[in-house]
Amino acid sequence: MTMKEIENIICSCEQGKPLSRDEALQLLTGADLLDLGGVADGIRRRLHPEGVVTFVVDRNVNYTNICESKCKFCAFYRDLGAPDAYLLAEEEIFAKIAELVAQGGTQLLMQGGLHPSLGIDWFEKLFREIKVRFPEVQNHSLSPAEITQIALISKLTVPETIRRLKAAGLDSIPGGGAEILVDRVRQEISPKKIGWEGWAAVMVEAARLGMPTTATMMFGSRETPEEIVEHIFRVRELQAEGGSFTAFIPWTYQPGNTELGGRTATGVEYLKVLALSRIVLDNIPNIQASWVTQGAKMAQVALFFGANDLGGTMLEENVVAATGCSFRMSREEMVDLIRGAGLRPAQRTTLYGIVREF
Amino acid sequence: MSSFAAIETKVRDKERLTDDDALFLFSHPDLIAVGKLAALANERRNGRRVFFNVNRHINHTNICVNRCSFCAFYKTADEAGAYCMELDEVRIRALEAASQGATEIHIVGGLHPSLPFDFYLDLLRTVREAGPELHIKAFTAVEIEYLSRLGGLTIRGTLERLKEAGLGSLPGGGAEIFAPGVREKLCPEKISGERWLEIMAEVHACGLRSNATMLYGHIETYADRVDHMARLRELQDRTGGFQVFIPLAFQKENNPLGHLKNPLSGGVDDLKTLAIARLYLDNFAHIKAYWVMLGEKIAQTALCFGVNDLDGTVVEEKIGHDAGATSPQAMGRDDIVNLIRAAGRVPVERDTLYNELRMY
Repeated sequence: MTMKEIENIICSCEQGKPLSRDEALQLLTGADLLDLGGVADGIRRRLHPEGVVTFVVDRNVNYTNICESKCKFCAFYRDLGAPDAYLLAEEEIFAKIAELVAQGGTQLLMQGGLHPSLGIDWFEKLFREIKVRFPEVQNHSLSPAEITQIALISKLTVPETIRRLKAAGLDSIPGGGAEILVDRVRQEISPKKIGWEGWAAVMVEAARLGMPTTATMMFGSRETPEEIVEHIFRVRELQAEGGSFTAFIPWTYQPGNTELGGRTATGVEYLKVLALSRIVLDNIPNIQASWVTQGAKMAQVALFFGANDLGGTMLEENVVAATGCSFRMSREEMVDLIRGAGLRPAQRTTLYGIVREF
Repeated sequence: MSSFAAIETKVRDKERLTDDDALFLFSHPDLIAVGKLAALANERRNGRRVFFNVNRHINHTNICVNRCSFCAFYKTADEAGAYCMELDEVRIRALEAASQGATEIHIVGGLHPSLPFDFYLDLLRTVREAGPELHIKAFTAVEIEYLSRLGGLTIRGTLERLKEAGLGSLPGGGAEIFAPGVREKLCPEKISGERWLEIMAEVHACGLRSNATMLYGHIETYADRVDHMARLRELQDRTGGFQVFIPLAFQKENNPLGHLKNPLSGGVDDLKTLAIARLYLDNFAHIKAYWVMLGEKIAQTALCFGVNDLDGTVVEEKIGHDAGATSPQAMGRDDIVNLIRAAGRVPVERDTLYNELRMY
């Protein structure tokens, strides 16, 4: 591949032509970081011309760490019966949500392990009670793998499970557990988790029911550049076929305390994948920077490589923290960080409505 | 009046940027555009090669009479946690470094109130005896001034004595920000900016090379940063003795000035500062991203913003870490090589004086 070919691809990006998988791969492996960044930054400015960078005030409530999936990249899960295995009681969950509300939070992200016996009744009762007690909070919970597990335990179809959870108060579905949407990689890093089509099936059904969703990607473990490109294109195609993704959220595998080990992706690799995501996924409005895995300095830099959103302030986060990677960020730091990049900070809702500008 | 287009033309024509140009770039909103320009200036000079070295830091004492308000490292002599290494401890570290393939020992410490001048000669001799092949880069201009008073010698006389004992070159610390108004608040007891520059002129005059730093991201303005770089550029025009410019990102933990950290300073400011340094300091061969202060991710990203040096493997850095730096204590050679390669650059191990030792 010559520099000339790369230049031609960059040029056609700048003219707004859609990339092929092969062209995207050439950019990822051959383009200079700043050339990729320049194109991604241009698209970010076209899609968000007002220069606003948003964040949501949220809390991750990890209702259980008991998990049958035992993914090799995960430092959070425990076996049922392990000394530090837990399942939060309803009252503990309500107390956490009350704290979130007291601090002006708007989004609850409940996510947990694939528990061997929590069926739909447990979630329906919990979600109904949350809606009654905290009607103003957006319940943005349960990744596709959890929903599939609930369906399995409750002997329901996935569509029926989603319908019932929605009726009980589930507002939107986060796109966690996507890892890499290529089964060869999933076999290697998370063999017991649903395959990529299982993940997609939940998101397609949620969209059909009018529920907003997001999509994530965890990279930097065992995938090839080709598989990163495949993931991004599969997300693009799902969106084109009627998907409801409000945002794409790439983040990097954190090797601490995991079975898989190895090293994490470097900063430059992160920024390249982020930029490529912005370029390819121009049918998804928002790209989130991952301060949780990259730290505040890199998250700020990411705002020039395609990101227009910093995700949540995360009053609580346990899963990434279990790997030993534990950045913290207050609302004030978030605002300073965005201002320091010369952009306009705004707190948003889960669905990207502006709550307040700073 | 500066404009980006005019600056771009100047860079392409290899024309020197003015102070106004540098100030303009600090306020320019397009980070990527500034970065691309700096990358061009760097590639013209250094190609795709990025330097690192294998070194070891020895901070022989944290006892310091200067008590700078941005510093989390210093202690008074009777304070808990105050330490001063015995020469044997220094020897052990130097032997260890030599056996691990290090080529450089970097020594800086506090201004100790009671150690005699001869201690510093012994310190250098100890390292030289432990590792005759090791290059000793030691003592900031601030320490040199202090030692000259200890020894009752001129600056030149002090340097000559240290050189005889093994001093190979000087690091660039203690420069902070030269502007007197800022310096008065940051480090009132430290030598002035003028004095720092005078001492460096002497260092260069007696045939020693040195580095130059700038501590930014606290209470200084962009104009103060440009003023700082202007004075360095001016001295470099006269002596040519500076090897590399190293902007140091202010760390806010554990020091009285922590609350004065400029809230707008962050990763974007780090990259812009490095890029502008590359563009403005046209008479400096190298610009270094010091990963200890910046973190590995920003330091690596900086390689695409005009930077061509990632410092060294370091081992046991205390000063930045006491101030809250969250980077590791050391990076292995493999880690550094991997960072440079993943940025699409060619890793080159260098010695202290920027001779190429090995290409990876």
